Amino acid sequence: MKLMTCPMNGTRPISEFAYWGEIRPAPDADTCTDEQWADYVFNRNGAPGVKKEWWCHTPSNTWFIAERDTEKDKVLRTYLHGEDK
Amino acid sequence: MRLPAMPDEWLDRSRTVRFRFEGRAFEGVAGDSIASALWAAGQRTQGRSFKYHRVRGILSAANHDVNVMVQDGQKLNTRGDVVAVREGMDLTAVNTFGGLAKDRARHLGMFARFLPVGFYYKAFHNKRLFPMWERVFRRITGLGVVDFSTPHIRTAKRYDFCDVLVIGAGPSGLSAALSAADAGARVVICDENARAGGSGLYQLGGDAVRRQHTRSLLDKVKAHANIRLLEGTYAGAYYADQWVPLIDADKMTKMRAKAVIVASGAFEQPAVFRNNDLPGVMNGSAMQRLIYRYAVKPAGNAVVLAANADGYRVALDLIAAGASVAAVLDMRASVPPSAQADALRAKGVEILAGHAVYEAHADGKGELAGITACRIDGSGRVVSGSQRRIACDGLAMSTGWAPAANLLYQAGTKMRFDELLQQFVPDQLPEGVFACGRVNGVFKLESRIADGQRAGLAAAAHAGHGSAAQVDVPPETESPSHAWPIVAHPDGKNFVDFDEDLQVKDFENAVQEGYDNIELLKRFSTVGMGPSQGKHSNMTALRILARLTGKSPQQVGTTTARPFFHPVPLSHLAGRGFSPQRHSPLHGRHAALGAVFMQAGAWERPEYYAVEGKSRIDCIREEARRVRTAVALIDVGTLGKLEIRGPQAAEFLNRCYTGRYDNMKVGATRYAVMCDESGVLSDEGVVARIAEDVFYFTTTSSGAATVYRELSRLNIEWKLDCGLINLTGSYSAMNLAGPASRKVLAQLTDMDLSSAAFPYLAVRSGSVAGIPVRMMRVGFVGEWGYEIHVPAEYGPTLWDALMKAGEGAGIGPFGVEAQRLLRLEKGHLIVSQDTDGLTNPFEVGMDWAVKLDKPFFTGKRSLQIVKKMPLKRKLVGFRLAENYSGEVPKECHLIIENGDIAGRVTSISWSPHVGRYIGLAFVLPSMTEPGTPFSIRITDGSMVAAEVCSTPFFDPKDERQKEIE
Repeated sequence: MKLMTCPMNGTRPISEFAYWGEIRPAPDADTCTDEQWADYVFNRNGAPGVKKEWWCHTPSNTWFIAERDTEKDKVLRTYLHGEDK
Repeated sequence: MRLPAMPDEWLDRSRTVRFRFEGRAFEGVAGDSIASALWAAGQRTQGRSFKYHRVRGILSAANHDVNVMVQDGQKLNTRGDVVAVREGMDLTAVNTFGGLAKDRARHLGMFARFLPVGFYYKAFHNKRLFPMWERVFRRITGLGVVDFSTPHIRTAKRYDFCDVLVIGAGPSGLSAALSAADAGARVVICDENARAGGSGLYQLGGDAVRRQHTRSLLDKVKAHANIRLLEGTYAGAYYADQWVPLIDADKMTKMRAKAVIVASGAFEQPAVFRNNDLPGVMNGSAMQRLIYRYAVKPAGNAVVLAANADGYRVALDLIAAGASVAAVLDMRASVPPSAQADALRAKGVEILAGHAVYEAHADGKGELAGITACRIDGSGRVVSGSQRRIACDGLAMSTGWAPAANLLYQAGTKMRFDELLQQFVPDQLPEGVFACGRVNGVFKLESRIADGQRAGLAAAAHAGHGSAAQVDVPPETESPSHAWPIVAHPDGKNFVDFDEDLQVKDFENAVQEGYDNIELLKRFSTVGMGPSQGKHSNMTALRILARLTGKSPQQVGTTTARPFFHPVPLSHLAGRGFSPQRHSPLHGRHAALGAVFMQAGAWERPEYYAVEGKSRIDCIREEARRVRTAVALIDVGTLGKLEIRGPQAAEFLNRCYTGRYDNMKVGATRYAVMCDESGVLSDEGVVARIAEDVFYFTTTSSGAATVYRELSRLNIEWKLDCGLINLTGSYSAMNLAGPASRKVLAQLTDMDLSSAAFPYLAVRSGSVAGIPVRMMRVGFVGEWGYEIHVPAEYGPTLWDALMKAGEGAGIGPFGVEAQRLLRLEKGHLIVSQDTDGLTNPFEVGMDWAVKLDKPFFTGKRSLQIVKKMPLKRKLVGFRLAENYSGEVPKECHLIIENGDIAGRVTSISWSPHVGRYIGLAFVLPSMTEPGTPFSIRITDGSMVAAEVCSTPFFDPKDERQKEIE
């Protein structure tokens, strides 16, 4: 089983975590076309590479950001939202 | 025949073990394997092969062949070659029809030419004959007989941690463990064998110094404070981040290591020649195991087929065990000079270079009686006229090895084929994974020990102890494996895969038919797909394919070695269930009242309360009747209960839910619908404004955890000035409902319960039965009612107080099923029962709850788009005919219109109030007019007539919640 490092609770087995998804900028709801919005809602970029994702350590309900290389299957770093240095 | 005591034998000679095999009584010694006890008693035929039912004996005595597979009562497919024999065992060979000796399928081999490679695929190709072949295959395939009365065994799982896990306790593994432990690492070393030491205690060549080397390593390991040695424990697989399941007889241990050293050694590979499967033909290492572990003499007069130094040691070990060696046939063109060869020559053993076994000969019982040797040329072809017969009752095959690299492959190791070694060796190891010894291509004993030191230091350093150091491991000087250990024979029966009875010609035919890629060849021929998963066949198959296609083994490549490395009992995998089950604070009250519980998300909730002498449906209807006519109490504490506090709390809710909350008055509640980003209904609840900056709100029972989690994430993302608190577990809640509810409640509180002071949909704080409460007037079930929320620890007290106060009014509890019926009469939907993963609010008539004029809420932009599009379906109420008495449609039954699906039933129930079956269903937008008839197709395919009708079915003007003066 993989390990994931929660910025608050340290390295824990992946079964303690919930994956939310990649952080993607939403298009401006007021100005974008319906097609642009539908593309944002329904389509995901599955190409392997480095992704910034929301993860949650569920026992402590700690949300954080993980940068993950989906090609090499490696978690590069994790940090709390807004603490990206 | 039993030998005198060996220095490291596994036997306890003071204890005799009596057992039965195929109906006959046998005696062994405690510590014997089933196979060794049988062999010592002269029983060489120990099983039948899978396809042709040929007699088989011991092949490897190392756990990974299936020649000796036995059933021990309810224990199926026991590997007789390694499993210790126990007193009273009653064993049968698994693959026979009518016993091992008189197997009715024993002549199947004669029909071999009618059972070509790929037979399954060819047989199943004809659709007409498929059912016939299916019956035949079901009867003749499969191993062992399942006893369906076998008890459900609950096996505990263990979790364990270490710095360095060493897999394999042979010389290299022991050496690695010591080096790592000396560097300060906490080490666990495991070995699948009953005792550690590996080949170091049996591949001796009559040389006691080799044994002493290993013995001293083993003694140091056992005495080392930093090392735990797990014998009889195999590493089942490699999972990400150094996670390895360790399997022993009783359990699985999930081991998390910081570094893993694979010192798993190599599987000796059988040579391929005609009749290489006769009982008496076995791997050289199998003979050595018999001698040194079980003190059993493998043969009286043996021939050794060698292609490496190991074969010479086997010959010397046989002589040391009192056997005679008729000849050593060396497949190599010349014999490299060695002390072992000299020693054999000095003992008068004939050594024939450039020789192989042409075929083996059976006696009347089908067991080995002699061989025909032959000369082979440089490319492995038989030199015609060179055949020569040699009598023997044992033949040792020592012509090559294949690395036990299964876990290395699983870890993602890149392997490379080493031409000198004729073996795949690790080329690029993943981080945290190390290899040493034979699996790493290191064969000489001293080199293996040095390689272990190197790997041990490197692994300890990876785990944060000491530092890696340069250790010189001298390169191998001769190949341990022959490049072509295969001898052609016109009559075949030269087996490559013993599990599946695959012969050389099967591969030739498969390649000819176009299956010339290793993955295709595997699937078509089934090579390596038997119980031993190719541990003795994949390498040879690969060599054959390489030669047939003119490629190198590197180019051919290997197939994937998936978990598990060795079959794991299902009981070990299943273990105990660990899915958490939540009980509300009132669980004990429900149980005492005879509740029948049902699973609702993680919760156990009362479905209904059983009454003696009454059916389930009668109990449910009685509970519903009590709500409509008197008063009843339901536990709703499983609802998600959240609180949000702060100046921007209203703004937060405005963004999360589709409605507006900033304009709510303190003391009011409002129904709330939540959508996801695509505008699909995801949850619902009630929002109560407790103060300007405090809201208390509920979610569905099943959504409680996920809604809280997602709202906390949004709160981080939006950075609003408010904080979210999860009170789901801290609050108990119950709904007191029915015309008499106010009268009952009034006995317990001095709060003003008049409609003016506490109107419908209001929330009030106060005290009931001396307990601080938050109370809402709700109407989910369509009666005057109060949802009372109290700190969890007060729940039972309040429940008792209400039940007592209601005695005179005829109070009773009601369960989830009665509530479902009551809300259905009101036409109230249940999210996730009456909605699905695509339902938007417009489809269920909740347009009123969606405030598209708000600046933002999750799902708004999508709903704007959805609103412009025509509806695809709509949720409506329906009813069946007045005196309908046929089979009742069920939830999810389809509505059929002109032969097409026009919708489906989402809820249905008998309504005592309406006097008919009523329900909710999705229908086409063209069918929503009340009175529209439609048909529901039920399970047996017949149609049931129904008609759309308006909702609520009961009290359409909500008069039950109004004050009647």
